[in-house]
Amino acid sequence: MTFNGWLQIALFSVLVILLTRPFGGYMTRVFNGERTFLSPVLRPLERAIYWLCGVDEKSEQHWVSYAIATLAFSFVGFVVLYGLQRLQAMLPLNPQGQAAVGPDLAFNTSVSFVTNTNWQSYVPEQTMSYLTQMAGLAVHNFVSAATGIALAIALIRGFARRSAQGIGNFWVDLTRSVLYVLLPISVVVALFFVWQGMPQNFSAYTDATTLEGGKQLIAQGPVASQEVIKLLGTNGGGFFNANSAHPFENPTALTNFIEMLLIISIGAGLTNVFGRMVGNQRQGWAIFAAMFLLFLAGTAIAYAVESHGNPAFAAFHVDQSAGDLQSGGNMEGKEVRFGIANSALFTTVTTDTSCGAVNTMHDSLLPLAGAVPMVNMMLGEIIFGGVGSGLYGMLLFVIVAMFIAGLMVGRTPEYLGKKLEAKEVKMAMLAILILPISVLGFTALAAVVPAGLAGISNAGPHGFSEMLYAYDSATANNGSAFAGLSANTPFWNTTLGLAMFIGRFLVIVPMLAVAGSLARKKIVPASLGTFPTTSPLFVGLVIGVILITGGLIYFPAVSLGPVVEQFALQQGTLY
Amino acid sequence: MMKHLRPAILMIVIMTVITGLAYPMAITGIAQMVFPHQANGSLIQRNGKVIGSALIGQNFASDKYFHGRPSATTETDPKDPSKTIPVPYAADNSTGSNLGPTAKALVDRVKGDAATLAAQNPGTPVPVDLVTSSASGLDPDITPAGALFQVPRVAKARGLAEERVRQLVQSQITDRLAGVLGEPHVNVLELNLALDALGH
Repeated sequence: MTFNGWLQIALFSVLVILLTRPFGGYMTRVFNGERTFLSPVLRPLERAIYWLCGVDEKSEQHWVSYAIATLAFSFVGFVVLYGLQRLQAMLPLNPQGQAAVGPDLAFNTSVSFVTNTNWQSYVPEQTMSYLTQMAGLAVHNFVSAATGIALAIALIRGFARRSAQGIGNFWVDLTRSVLYVLLPISVVVALFFVWQGMPQNFSAYTDATTLEGGKQLIAQGPVASQEVIKLLGTNGGGFFNANSAHPFENPTALTNFIEMLLIISIGAGLTNVFGRMVGNQRQGWAIFAAMFLLFLAGTAIAYAVESHGNPAFAAFHVDQSAGDLQSGGNMEGKEVRFGIANSALFTTVTTDTSCGAVNTMHDSLLPLAGAVPMVNMMLGEIIFGGVGSGLYGMLLFVIVAMFIAGLMVGRTPEYLGKKLEAKEVKMAMLAILILPISVLGFTALAAVVPAGLAGISNAGPHGFSEMLYAYDSATANNGSAFAGLSANTPFWNTTLGLAMFIGRFLVIVPMLAVAGSLARKKIVPASLGTFPTTSPLFVGLVIGVILITGGLIYFPAVSLGPVVEQFALQQGTLY
Repeated sequence: MMKHLRPAILMIVIMTVITGLAYPMAITGIAQMVFPHQANGSLIQRNGKVIGSALIGQNFASDKYFHGRPSATTETDPKDPSKTIPVPYAADNSTGSNLGPTAKALVDRVKGDAATLAAQNPGTPVPVDLVTSSASGLDPDITPAGALFQVPRVAKARGLAEERVRQLVQSQITDRLAGVLGEPHVNVLELNLALDALGH
């Protein structure tokens, strides 16, 4: 660990805090339908979209209608994306002549991008045409993110409204997310990314003759435009296989820094939107604080562990110490321009959120550092989380926390003046329990059937970690991987596809039921007996509930993977 | 159901047109006008031929050049399309090794590479980046320590004074941005081009 490493982490953390309030203010205006500085340009386009789709922007939806609209939109998107992949060989913008994508892979990829997961069983530069990337995958990078934001706003309205039937209009929330939030930032940052060195072309791959006379085929494509939304929408699906480790996807330390900010900014900003919409920004900051403390803990562990390097190399006179001339540490699966601090930070940020872009190969992380992304995802992607999904996931934990607090003092639990009754607590627990059932259930299945075990690339406990990580990542809609796993087989494509589906939609429906139920309730005025939900005690209680309900369930599974591997590493046992 | 399917279908079409066609094409148009070098992959030409990209590492094996980091990339075996063979720095198939920290394959590889490197510069510990494979398999950079370590070998192969080569390395070090962001690094291709420009 170096002073400079901590300085970079501190600089990033401060910028996240500083961005949250202004960005939250802007998004609040957008979702309240107020004028913004972009309205003169975008408002006519917005109205044209509603007119074309036959949407009345004034009409409010009941939570059931909102849920059906979400599911219908996702279903149509899935079908179109599946068809595009199957037909890409016959369509334009395919200079490398990529063949049609096979059925199980096309299924997996469609579910993956529609659910905002972006798990990739394929090598993009060897599989996908430019048209599939930009008019298929990147479109879902926009709209699956916009769907997540819309859902979070719907739940916030549930808390903010009183005695209301509706929780907003899905089509309006979706359109505003894309037009006012995602697209403008993408345009500006994409051009910045090109300036920094990301390609943006439709050319065939370049044939180069290297300095030593060898042949090198350099992949090209419209990278920058896809890169920005990959991160901003916490999607994470790389234009290339190496994702944000690829020099074309992340050429400089500056792009790396901006990429991390893009990943976390909407999730952080939405806590402020929450505070503003429920009428007290401190409510938002309390949520932010719980997220931020978990983020700092993960980053510190990952950075400390990775800085020490691999003890197995000690006998070979390999210098792993940090100094002025190298960052040292565990450099397997890392890039020199990022070093240890930026790799550990990126790894934490991308798994705190449901992004899943990587600038370092998680499969090669030291055991306890590899456990950080794994646990981040197991907690349900609520540390800033996916755009939108992070906030609604976190609010479900808050409901459970307030229920437990209510039990402790024998009062009916309430949050923000809304009484939390059996229905809300049941639905919240249902959404929270879906995740471990999928993660642990599928991992157990894969660990006993030959088709599952065939995917493992590393022997010993690390092989188990590869499987656990895969279902963890898919269910949590993250999309990063212990990428040695050979997942492009019918067994893995199908089961991971199901896990992604479960992790997205079986959480969304109970969550919207909570939103609808809350919106109908009256607001109970705060009294002396009301538990203050802006206090450090509240933050501590929420973190405690997250670690106990979200974390302890997984302890036995994590023990079989990273924990056993850590002991093996200390003993010098190799596999 | 049609009540919901109709806006769903239309919305997908409209969003595809806006975010999937208009947006990337507009960015491409502007990028090609304003930043044509970067937008086309930061290609480097010598004598009218493309020799690579400034951002993409390439394979160096000769003693006369500085070497990049181990690369785990592969290509399809031309003799048997169902298999792959190691082809370092294959820039159309990026990947890391994905070897776990307790993998025997990793530790054996590092042991072998470290022994080879130690023989070139006895007595100096081997910088870790020279024996660990990069995340992308295309890392264009090595650490300053990794470059300085190779100076004796390169100087000897070129018949140059070590001091001169060392100065060249020093001049090619890119420091942290504003002294804070990232890590100091040396672009191997640019270093080798500068080396060729010295003559010998």
